[in-house]
Amino acid sequence: MAAKRGTTVYLYELAWILPSFAIPVGMLVALVVTAFGAGVHLPGLERRIDPTKVAETAPFDKPGLVEIAPGQYEVRMTAQIWSFAPNEIRVPAGSTVHFWATSKDVVHGLLIPKANVNVMLLPGQVAHAEAHFDTPGEYLIICHEYCGIAHHTMAGKLIVEARR
Amino acid sequence: MTRSEDRLTAAFVAVALVALFGGVLTGFFQALEHAGMDVYPSTPLVKSYYHSLTLHGVLNVLVWTTFFICGFVPFMTTRALGRPLALPGVAWLTFWVMLGGFVLAAIPLLGNAATVMFTFYPPLKAHWAFYVGLTLVVVGTWLVTWNLALTWRAWRREHAGERTPLAAFMGLVTFAMWTIASLGIAAEMLVMLIPWSLGLIGGTDPLLARVLFWFTGHPIVYFWLLPAYMSWYTLAPRQAGGKLFSDPLARTSFILFLVLSTPLGFHHQYTDPGIHVGWKLVHAFLTFAVFFPSLLTFFNVVASLESGARARGGKGWIAWFAKLPWGDPSLAAQVLAMLLFTFGGIGGLINASYNLNLVVHNTAWIVGHLHLTVGTAVTLTFMGICYWLVPYLAGKALWSRRLAQAQVWIWFVGMIIFSNTLHRLGLLGMPRRTMIGAAAYVQPEWKALLPLVGVGASLLFLSSLAFFLNLVLTLVVSRAPAPAPAVPAFTEALSGADHAPAILDRWRPWIALAFVLIAIAYGPTLVRLALTTPFNTPGLRVW
Ligand code: HEM
Ligand SMILES: [Cu+2]
Ligand SMILES: [Cu+2]
Repeated sequence: MAAKRGTTVYLYELAWILPSFAIPVGMLVALVVTAFGAGVHLPGLERRIDPTKVAETAPFDKPGLVEIAPGQYEVRMTAQIWSFAPNEIRVPAGSTVHFWATSKDVVHGLLIPKANVNVMLLPGQVAHAEAHFDTPGEYLIICHEYCGIAHHTMAGKLIVEARR
Repeated sequence: MTRSEDRLTAAFVAVALVALFGGVLTGFFQALEHAGMDVYPSTPLVKSYYHSLTLHGVLNVLVWTTFFICGFVPFMTTRALGRPLALPGVAWLTFWVMLGGFVLAAIPLLGNAATVMFTFYPPLKAHWAFYVGLTLVVVGTWLVTWNLALTWRAWRREHAGERTPLAAFMGLVTFAMWTIASLGIAAEMLVMLIPWSLGLIGGTDPLLARVLFWFTGHPIVYFWLLPAYMSWYTLAPRQAGGKLFSDPLARTSFILFLVLSTPLGFHHQYTDPGIHVGWKLVHAFLTFAVFFPSLLTFFNVVASLESGARARGGKGWIAWFAKLPWGDPSLAAQVLAMLLFTFGGIGGLINASYNLNLVVHNTAWIVGHLHLTVGTAVTLTFMGICYWLVPYLAGKALWSRRLAQAQVWIWFVGMIIFSNTLHRLGLLGMPRRTMIGAAAYVQPEWKALLPLVGVGASLLFLSSLAFFLNLVLTLVVSRAPAPAPAVPAFTEALSGADHAPAILDRWRPWIALAFVLIAIAYGPTLVRLALTTPFNTPGLRVW
């Protein structure tokens, strides 16, 4: 590339350039395969909402859990300092849960460890995330963005109940 | 070089070090809180965990880094060009503008009127002086760019056809890259936050603010890293007794940073609603592209160090490593910084990976990651630089070489414990930016690890104290040795500048290319947001 062709320095340079190029490309391929193959969903473009009128805007006027189809649930959730509404959710094992959420005041976060739910809740934006729950148990719902002095108290629970 | 320029560098570095001291102190408090010792009730100046964390972020990554860089990079660039800054008066004006900005921002910051974190996401609303002060700091960095550019032009007039000396080239790329990158934060401040905090406009928009913030917020990490790379490329190989392996490859990687650093900020916003996933994927691609110059740097620098170690009798594939001149604390600091940076780089790839990011975003993992990168690759390298720079500027011998040798290793060990623990806590779902000791939802498996955060942080704090003590005693106790302390000489290259393609020494094509990529990666989203954003979110002070 830069040193004279055929010299040792030239060969060494090549020996570095090639892997420097190949490693990111390989990782990128892995990423694309997993992103599409495994059907990972990132939050995307949904819709705006007037952040001062969340309580009057459907579906956030009635926060809660709705069964939209067998085994399919929708959570309509608002985040506000320093709580989630609803802050306790119960679904049977094997359910897919769609979260539709927004913030009424400052930026909050919605993190459910072990369920791959990780989304920011911005005033003015409706956020969407979905997750599938097979294993019964209690899952934490945590606000993971600084939202003021009592940020560490902002949490909820999602309980996956064993099917009888 | 004139003494006035040395004094200018000294002034910048002094402010930087004061900021770092505040930074490590607050960091130590935070870690103690995580480990179960809440010290905030007995710290009258620091009102809360979140007040502390805001001070920590601002002092460390906005003040310590920026002021050090604005002192160090012009110092290196003017030496490499062999001429003083074109506008010495403006250089001092720059210092006062930046110091004035810092003080202005520090007043509400210390007074708990700007407890909004260093990312200041609206609608959290800080006092206007915080935004205006930070903006003045950014304006100061533009003045540095201008001064460096004029200095280079003057050099070019006398050296037509020659390659720009490597260190100067790197200094110029650093500031050119940063100036382009800082347009995002400048727009956020000038169009949104400042008028809003002054009450001139009623509302704001969190999404647009975050897009503009991360436009600058990712490339700012290269603004911190490139000056460290500059030391790794142009000084460290010689400090190790070797030569730089390839000057043209070094230039190539810097040009790639200039071109690729900015159009990839959405990787900080993978989990944000309101941005099309297609654009997120484009930014993910570009993030992997910028990994290429990072790897080039890694290979080039390691091979250069190896040449030094072999010249000193080092043998084998790996064993040569032991033959580096470890007794030189300046070099030891930088080599250890590089070692930890390797892990930082691997972690960074995971963060950038679109899907894996869902596991780690905004968890303690990120805190572990950033202490390896800006907290060690950059900070420990700058500490290593201080070990020759401060003695040189003061004209005095370093107070204790022994203490310095111990200091860098304590940092290394402390950081391994601290960062490793935080990475693990992140994988276990522990959120960042959170007063964990007071949270109701702490899991038993987090509890088991949290004391280690305190152990690592205590070592880091101890190391910092050793660092500051050494510098202070250098100033007040040490004597002027004969000969006076010198600046390490620039490294020679095995494959030198004359092998570098001439196109690498031109600015316009690369800067134009950078803008084209930015227009592609950001243009459609920015235009859409500019046309549709209602600015209807009211500000809040909730701390
Ligand atoms: C004695 C050394 C240090 C200790 C003990 C320390 C400790 C910590 C702790 C415990 C946190 C916060 C965790 C959280 O709630 O998320 C943190 C955050 C952070 N630290 Fe450090 N730190 C140290 C040095 C540094 C240095 C040298 C830098 C950079 C130059 C740095 C940059 C940061 C940043 C950017 C954050 C994130 C702030 C935010 O979330 O807004 N730290 N540190
Ligand atoms: Cu929160
Ligand atoms: Cu980034």
